[in-house]
Amino acid sequence: MDARILADINAARQARKAVAVATDIASGKQILLNSDAQIADGLRQHVEQRLKSGKSGVVTLHDKETFIQVHVPSPRLVIIGAVHISQALVPMAQACDFDVLVIDPRTAFASAERFPSVELLAEWPQEVLDDRPLDAYTALVAVTHDPKVDDFALQSALQRQCFYIGALGSRKTHAKRLARFSEAGIDATAAQRIHAPIGLDIGGASPAEIAVSIIGEIIATLRKGPVV
Amino acid sequence: MEQHNDTLAVAQKWQLEGRDVALATVIETWGSAPRPVGSHLVIDGEGNFEGSVSGGCVEGAVVFEAVEAIETGQPKVLEFGVADETAWEVGLSCGGKIRVYVEPVTGGAHSA
Repeated sequence: MDARILADINAARQARKAVAVATDIASGKQILLNSDAQIADGLRQHVEQRLKSGKSGVVTLHDKETFIQVHVPSPRLVIIGAVHISQALVPMAQACDFDVLVIDPRTAFASAERFPSVELLAEWPQEVLDDRPLDAYTALVAVTHDPKVDDFALQSALQRQCFYIGALGSRKTHAKRLARFSEAGIDATAAQRIHAPIGLDIGGASPAEIAVSIIGEIIATLRKGPVV
Repeated sequence: MEQHNDTLAVAQKWQLEGRDVALATVIETWGSAPRPVGSHLVIDGEGNFEGSVSGGCVEGAVVFEAVEAIETGQPKVLEFGVADETAWEVGLSCGGKIRVYVEPVTGGAHSA
């Protein structure tokens, strides 16, 4: 691999852009495929399909084997609420290679002392998400219990097709939430994509155990569920 | 990108440090292979490595081949599986089969 291709792949990944590399296995000839690369139509079709599915693999065209490796953005986790559960969830998500962002307008919660090793913004979600929109490679977790903070982010996650959306709160709390969303004109079927009560049912009691159930549910959705 | 197991970032870092670097990539799997297609192992000329292409079963052999690829400058394809005649040495105990593409990173300070 040419060192320039390696640098370009890493730059694309850093910028959260999808990129593919095609390698002719017999000759070792390699090209970086972005949207304006000159490639044969037959190959382009395979590349586009694989960029969508995120799956790398070997393609045989005209008796030539080409390995297409796709690099799609690494999954991101946006946590609304700098609470105790979030303190446990951040390192778990980082260990699983998520880029993590924590947002909470309450400065008493959103302090660097409580969250030393993660990007933390003591702002309202609506201020942050306007500049840094959610996307389909992002999981959103809302854990403040406060509709003033959670609701906008959850609605934005539905609109931006986040692959996972979870909200803390009992069934009763969630029923009230759905009623508010319905009044705000949010489609009821779409709102069903919100995982609430949040997390896999493993009987988690402590903040760390609940964090395990949340990261487990996020990974299950990422790997097994449809990434819409 | 600061991910602890970001193998491609490690490859670039090593290359920029002037080390000879090779990249091994899982290009095909059959059966219950431990690491998915696209998984990387990065190797330097001294045999240091980061990442994985299996659960630790064949890395030793891949590192050996990678160091050779750095010396020759030529990429190669390796196959590992229980049916392989090298199975006694470095077969996959899980019963799967994998194909690994090994290539030197070229164009760096130390490359020809």
